[in-house]
Amino acid sequence: MATTAATFDQVSHANVDTRSFLRKYVFSTDHKTIGIQFLILSLFFLAVGGLLAMMMRWQLGFPGQAMPGGGVLPDTMAPGGILLPEFYNALVSMHGTFMVFFAIMPLLVGVFANFLIPLKIGAPDMAFPRLNMASFWIAVPAGLLMMAGFFVEGGAAGAGWTMYVPLSADPEYSGVSAGQTLWCMSIAVLGLSSILGSTNYITTIINLRAPGMGWFRMPLSIWALFITAILTVLAIPILSGAAIMLLFDQTLGTHFFLPAEGGQPLLWQHLFWFFGHPEVYILILPAMGMVSDVIANGSRKPIFGYHSMVFAIMAIGFLGWIVWGHHMFQSGMNPTLGMSFMISTLLIAVPSAIKTFNWLGTMWRGNIRFHVPMLHAIAFVAMFVIGGLSGVFMASTPVDIYIHDTYFIVAHIHYVLFGGSLFAIFAGIVFWYPKMFGRMMSESWGKVHFFLTFVFYNLTFFPMHQLGLGGHMRRIYDPTEYEFLQPLQGMNQFISISAFLLFATQIIFAANFILSWFRGKKVSENPWEDTGLEWTTPSPAPHGNWPTTPTVYQAPYEFSHPQEQTKDFVMQTDKLPTTSPAGGPADR
Amino acid sequence: MDWTLTPGVTTYAADIDRLYYLILVITGIAFVVVEVALIWFLIQYRGRPGRRAHYTHGSIRAEIVWTSVPAVVVVMIGVLSGGVWNHIRGRDSIPPDALPVAVAAKQFEWNVTYAGVDGQLGSDDDFTLRNELRVPTERPVVVHLTAEDVIHSFFVPDFRVKQDAVPGMNILVWFQVIEPGEYPLACAELCGLGHYRMEARVVALQPDEYDRWVAEQSNQNVASR
Amino acid sequence: MAHAHAAMRPPAQAEPGAGVYTEKLGMWVFLGSEVMFFTALIGSYIILRFAHPVAWATPGQILNVPVTAVNTFLLICSSVTMVKAFAAIQEGDQRMLRFWLAATVIIGATFVSVQVFEYLQLAREGFLPSGYVPGSHLAESAETGAAYEGGAPLPHSVGLYGSTFYTMTGFHGFHVTMGVVCLTFVTVKAFRGGYTVQDHRGVEVIGLYWHFVDLVWIILFTIVYLI
Repeated sequence: MATTAATFDQVSHANVDTRSFLRKYVFSTDHKTIGIQFLILSLFFLAVGGLLAMMMRWQLGFPGQAMPGGGVLPDTMAPGGILLPEFYNALVSMHGTFMVFFAIMPLLVGVFANFLIPLKIGAPDMAFPRLNMASFWIAVPAGLLMMAGFFVEGGAAGAGWTMYVPLSADPEYSGVSAGQTLWCMSIAVLGLSSILGSTNYITTIINLRAPGMGWFRMPLSIWALFITAILTVLAIPILSGAAIMLLFDQTLGTHFFLPAEGGQPLLWQHLFWFFGHPEVYILILPAMGMVSDVIANGSRKPIFGYHSMVFAIMAIGFLGWIVWGHHMFQSGMNPTLGMSFMISTLLIAVPSAIKTFNWLGTMWRGNIRFHVPMLHAIAFVAMFVIGGLSGVFMASTPVDIYIHDTYFIVAHIHYVLFGGSLFAIFAGIVFWYPKMFGRMMSESWGKVHFFLTFVFYNLTFFPMHQLGLGGHMRRIYDPTEYEFLQPLQGMNQFISISAFLLFATQIIFAANFILSWFRGKKVSENPWEDTGLEWTTPSPAPHGNWPTTPTVYQAPYEFSHPQEQTKDFVMQTDKLPTTSPAGGPADR
Repeated sequence: MDWTLTPGVTTYAADIDRLYYLILVITGIAFVVVEVALIWFLIQYRGRPGRRAHYTHGSIRAEIVWTSVPAVVVVMIGVLSGGVWNHIRGRDSIPPDALPVAVAAKQFEWNVTYAGVDGQLGSDDDFTLRNELRVPTERPVVVHLTAEDVIHSFFVPDFRVKQDAVPGMNILVWFQVIEPGEYPLACAELCGLGHYRMEARVVALQPDEYDRWVAEQSNQNVASR
Repeated sequence: MAHAHAAMRPPAQAEPGAGVYTEKLGMWVFLGSEVMFFTALIGSYIILRFAHPVAWATPGQILNVPVTAVNTFLLICSSVTMVKAFAAIQEGDQRMLRFWLAATVIIGATFVSVQVFEYLQLAREGFLPSGYVPGSHLAESAETGAAYEGGAPLPHSVGLYGSTFYTMTGFHGFHVTMGVVCLTFVTVKAFRGGYTVQDHRGVEVIGLYWHFVDLVWIILFTIVYLI
């Protein structure tokens, strides 16, 4: 049925769906189904990552004490419920790995690129629907390989999610052998999934836009996903190469990174961070894009500075390639390089600042609706600012001498990844839930979840700045071993308790998500009174998306247009008296 | 929430701290401006029946202002930071008369080899101690940092010193202590099971006390051969 | 290419995109990722070699340059046969399309086989990804420091040489193998008359991949075998 390339006539038959159960829900080539499959997979791994963090926080807050429920863990991990140092190192490493690769990245890209791109540009599906299906089903074994680490002898990888060599290459140093190898294999497999997916997204956005959907009529969520896909296609192969070289050092006795025969530990770091820095922009750009969509909707105003926003996304995408050395200021890398990386790193703050001011500009003189997605989007702006500003401290190489590898960095990471990306993900899930499932999530429980999450989140992560300034290092099993850290232990406990409450609060979200699937209020096409193309088709969107290709006449965020007085939004498919025909020069 | 730092005790600690406080003030101002504006807008422009949002696509002038001001500010931070970085890590930053001491990191301890009375590393009067780094005040010291197995990181918070120790590399780190005393040395790079207990102590002594101690240790070392 | 463009254009109802049909665009994007992958491997090789040149033997001492040169020639020939296959279907010549595709598959498979044979030979002599095999012919010669086969003595250890050689050529060989597999599918489809003058996208797209793989090999052959 679906061919290698989607043409509007061949795929679009939204009225007749003759697929079997397997073809419809399991081995589906429909981008929407694949997006939902990624959603379920990544929410699962988000929960796994959160659980790992809870165990870490127990140990940090109450070192050496038996963890409640810890009795279920085997003696190789936590005899008598007391975590072992080797298990703690695995927890740290796997928390980061699962959250970055199997939760945030697939949530932002696997879910929203898949679900939104064809819907928001007017295409019936992705350019290569079968390749899209392959992309999902390759990610599943990658996840299984990573989970398997916990069940092998020696435990899961324990050299940090950054897997610095030689610790990650030689079991003699870490005590972990199969676990580290599984990590490399999993990452290589996941890399293939990402590359295939991103190839699809790029091709679809370039070639399958509906008539009238010029480049500068695309919503910012799509621009962000487009640039993100380009970053993915170029950066992930570097990680794949590095992971394979590490795998060979581990298993074939090669010497890429081991110094004994001329290998270079720093080569791993350069490769990893050359990938790793574009990776963090992969983790934030789609979030920024979605937040733009939601803030325009919530403010009932066009995005302030749409073109600047597009150029800022491009600037971030471009500059992201030349800052990787800021992860290596203290690594033994040539200090002169430190100077150039510092400048590029400081400069990349500028496009993020531009975006922040434009979000504020969008809310300025708006008519703000505080629906649940808008609450999360506002929180994104507020928290991302903190994360971004904390980055300025570490960009300064001399200051970084003090705060590198301390909890100040951990605070920064979590302000941008949780305060930033995860709040945006919550916004996106709630906002596009009706288009996925035809029902709304509960607004009131959504607000409860939002407020509790916001409070506990800040109570958990803000004090980490202070821990870092006190010299508290990262990845240490028992902070009380160091006398100079003992005064900070009270804060560790406070953070741990806040973290437990934060985790518990997510049960509200999970319950809301699951129950609304069956009992949420059913809605029609456009419950949020939004302007995007996806809101011109029923909820949930049918296979093929539209019976015929839509035509686009408007820019993406035409809220409160003076020529439309009966409602405060003009959809991208609406015509207004002053609109030129599709393809005209009017507002490209 | 306490944003102040316990003062450092080396000559360049104050430079680093000054940069830190400068950035703190700048980012603090930015933080307040943005968050206050945000909260103000949320209150002032909350949706009310009969209101309509102001339809505009933006302002080129605003873009120019909020692009150039942050750009100028960050470049300024970069220039100021560059000077300090060059002083600490620049090509000719190591004072020529710095006292050498070799620190070899390994799982999970620090082995410190002292130059002995002649002040030369690699000579007969060298001696090695475990987990104890003694240095003189009022004199630059240069650590020859190596790692035997995996990457560690030589971190003395009070000195504002941090440098990764990489197997296969010999990295030089210099500092000059102002204040005698005892200071913790921690490992700041995950290095395996015992990473959390890789503590050592740094003892800074007045120069003459230091010389006396070196002579004592050196003689003991020679005598025990 | 004057003939048969109708099927190559993007669907009639769409914004002007890249100006190339979707499958071709997709392959170009994918090849972009492949460039980055080989850049990671080749870049690492360059960095490691410049920093530690003593680990490399003189060209031709350990590796078999003449045999690989012939193999290289074969791979280049297979790019020619691929071009001829594409030209054939552009003219609508089904018979020659099948002939040239089959030729490409056979030559490609031969290339891989020769490489596998070469790997086995090297292993027997005592050269593996980890370097010399202790006790092997090469290891013993290196230990004595004597002139090897009338030329310079072998390097004391070749850990980096082995690591980079096998990884780069091995992954290239893996990509050739994947190419041969895909080419086989294309050839089978061609034998079933699946390509026409109007629509032969599959042939062009696999051709792009094949030429890329050939180009990477020319680079690898130069820097791995000849320098």
